[in-house]
Amino acid sequence: MATDTIKQHDAHAQDGHEHHDASAMKVFGFWVYLMSDLVIFGILFATFGVLAKATAGGPTSQEIFDLPFVMVETFLLLISSFTFGLAVLAQNAGDRGAVLKWLAVTFLLGAGFISMEIYEFYSLISEGAGPDRSAFLSAFFTLVGTHGLHVTFGLIWIAIMFVQISRRGLDSVTKSRMLCLSLFWHFLDIVWVCVFTFVYLMGAM
Amino acid sequence: MSDIHTSHDGASHGSHKSYIIGLVLSIVLTLLAFGVVMLGDFSTTTMIVTIIVMAVLQIMVQLILFMHLELKTQQGRESGGFFFFTLVILSLIVGGSLWIMHHLRLNLM
Repeated sequence: MATDTIKQHDAHAQDGHEHHDASAMKVFGFWVYLMSDLVIFGILFATFGVLAKATAGGPTSQEIFDLPFVMVETFLLLISSFTFGLAVLAQNAGDRGAVLKWLAVTFLLGAGFISMEIYEFYSLISEGAGPDRSAFLSAFFTLVGTHGLHVTFGLIWIAIMFVQISRRGLDSVTKSRMLCLSLFWHFLDIVWVCVFTFVYLMGAM
Repeated sequence: MSDIHTSHDGASHGSHKSYIIGLVLSIVLTLLAFGVVMLGDFSTTTMIVTIIVMAVLQIMVQLILFMHLELKTQQGRESGGFFFFTLVILSLIVGGSLWIMHHLRLNLM
């Protein structure tokens, strides 16, 4: 099966891109990783769904969720997904300065998102609504915190790509890394769509 | 400049146009989802159906316009097949958990 796939890719690679097969396989392998990550998030969503009403007399979701705050977070992440797309386009055009510029913008937007999430967690915990208060809050912190951890690692990866591209320029290696990172970053945006829909919006009803 | 299509490795990486359309659609879908819950005077069922439809549409927008998942190419079909397989696993895990735990709660009451 795998060799068949490689042969088919070979048949299509007649336009002089010798790195094409390795790069395409890398991106596909990364896609497989993302799907396994999706299963992790699915399990955390299922846990949250089961425990959402188990507040143990503590604060309920209606009391602690601040929707305008979450909407600003959502727009930060959404626009960062777009600016990463612009970085990929700049890379296709071979414009190193523009790639670095859009990477920096994406990093700042993602850092804004994470700062808001840390602030939200901090104020919840200081109000006595920490993960130890109830099963609902444990599930909430685990699900949203796992997403936040992924975004944090995405930010580290963006910073590393920034250094790498400013040092060695755009080549086939940085190109396939940027493609994987773009999949990762858009994937986190998709998970966040599920988070604000099923956790925040449904919880606020 | 505005229409860059590099399809040498079998996958289109989009253009400025597709990213801008994706951004506008995502913003509209997000505003509708938040708006129906924050401002609207609707029944709970209406709100839940609306925000789920908005979420599914937004996920499709991001998959197609940002991640360029397309089923026309060999690589796209492999990724798409893996994605749909994962969706089956997810529906079993999430749907099964909620179903079982809901009935457990009913039986315990």
